[in-house]
Amino acid sequence: MWAFINKLRSPKWFYAIGARLQPFFWVAAAALILVGTVWGLAFAPADYQQGNSFRIIYVHVPAAFLAQSIFVSMAMCGLVYMVWKIKVADMAAAMMAPLGAAMTFVSLFSGAVWGVPTWGTWWMWDARLTSMLILLFLFLGVIALRGAFSSRDSASRAASVLAMVGVINIPIIKYSVDWWYTLHQPATFSITGRAAMPMEMWAPLLIMVLGFYSFFIALTLMRTRSEILRRESNKRWVRDLAGEKR
Amino acid sequence: MAGSETRLVAGEGRGVSRREPRSGLAVALWATLKRDLLLLMRRRSEVLNPLVFFALVITLFPIGISPDPQLLATIAPGLLWVAALLAALLSLDSLFRGDYDDGSLEQLLLTPQPLPMLALAKVTVHWLLTGLPLALMAPVLGIMLSLPAGSYLVLAFSLVLGTASLSLIGAIGAALTVGLSRGGVLLSLLVLPLYIPVLIFGAGAVQAGIVGDGAAAHLAILGALLALALMLAPWAIAASLRISING
Repeated sequence: MWAFINKLRSPKWFYAIGARLQPFFWVAAAALILVGTVWGLAFAPADYQQGNSFRIIYVHVPAAFLAQSIFVSMAMCGLVYMVWKIKVADMAAAMMAPLGAAMTFVSLFSGAVWGVPTWGTWWMWDARLTSMLILLFLFLGVIALRGAFSSRDSASRAASVLAMVGVINIPIIKYSVDWWYTLHQPATFSITGRAAMPMEMWAPLLIMVLGFYSFFIALTLMRTRSEILRRESNKRWVRDLAGEKR
Repeated sequence: MAGSETRLVAGEGRGVSRREPRSGLAVALWATLKRDLLLLMRRRSEVLNPLVFFALVITLFPIGISPDPQLLATIAPGLLWVAALLAALLSLDSLFRGDYDDGSLEQLLLTPQPLPMLALAKVTVHWLLTGLPLALMAPVLGIMLSLPAGSYLVLAFSLVLGTASLSLIGAIGAALTVGLSRGGVLLSLLVLPLYIPVLIFGAGAVQAGIVGDGAAAHLAILGALLALALMLAPWAIAASLRISING
């Protein structure tokens, strides 16, 4: 266990292991997303109420899932960085944040597009939409805080603390927004049938979710590896890698 | 002038704790409380500005929307809460700023006392001179917005509980940004999303007070949020202060 953690400490080790894992996740992401898209868009049966517009779910739900998971994994990386001072964890957290914000935006945007045919409006103060909007602001706050410091070490630690504070608050925000929503406007509609979805609709959704997760892992590995090279560019092993003669 | 006073009072605090080493924490807490209260009482404008801001923002709404009492009464709970929240936010930037500039924050970090407790003392002073006055002032502004009778006590009480949480949560953001020269806007970006639960249950309590039932449940949840913030926020504030000072 400790040997493993000590290995994780070394950016060089992570760089090497990342190179081995990366192709696997890229292939998985490409295959799953391709299969999921074709299946979901072309072969899954149309919803009897929403018609074909429900197919947005195959982008909307995976993006929303992923956005929330990214915030949690960012906070976990922050914790690992604060406790064990593992720099790779912080690099990964820094690389995740923009993707998380992008995924939150994708889920909000696809939700808005989906809202037009189903609810007849681009935006509703629905509990889910509202808490995703707040999640977007939390992501932007973490990114902005990291950018505001001139010292990288302070920036990393400040962003870690904020991500942890945020992750404690996310469930509180989520439940209070649910409460607020039920108080203010009784549910005139609901995104029905998610639990009672037939297998033919549900299977491509699961494949898309897995595909999005693989994409996230692959992209984070790739971006963390290039961040390692950037931050460690003075180290000998990076210079050797670049074939620099000394 | 203010700077020399700061050092004087801080020095006094250290002297006291040296004389009585056994009850060090209590003495240090008391010294921090006394010093911060004294400092803020000598800079009255810093205490008054959020209150004036609160009144001004409330004045803007009837002008911007409509002077119709019925319309105002329906939006008054949310309006009062949002305005109070923004006023509390406005005062956050100065929470650690003065101490950071004159170096007494570093002294606070160097004391043998636990930093979370000292930070809690500072936040308490901030709440005493920001949140509490805002809560006391809100009913008066409520009259101006023709807030329905029966909800005034709930309004004040919800603000007393709520602003304490706001001060605690906001202090995390203030501590994170105190080392940055332009932390003001960033501070609101960091803190406002975290304020949303407090706003929901605060405004909800007033709303429930108007309807006539359920205000106690909202107030209980506000109290629970405060208890949670009291438990966790001091540690986050202390960690953030350490980051800001060492970085």
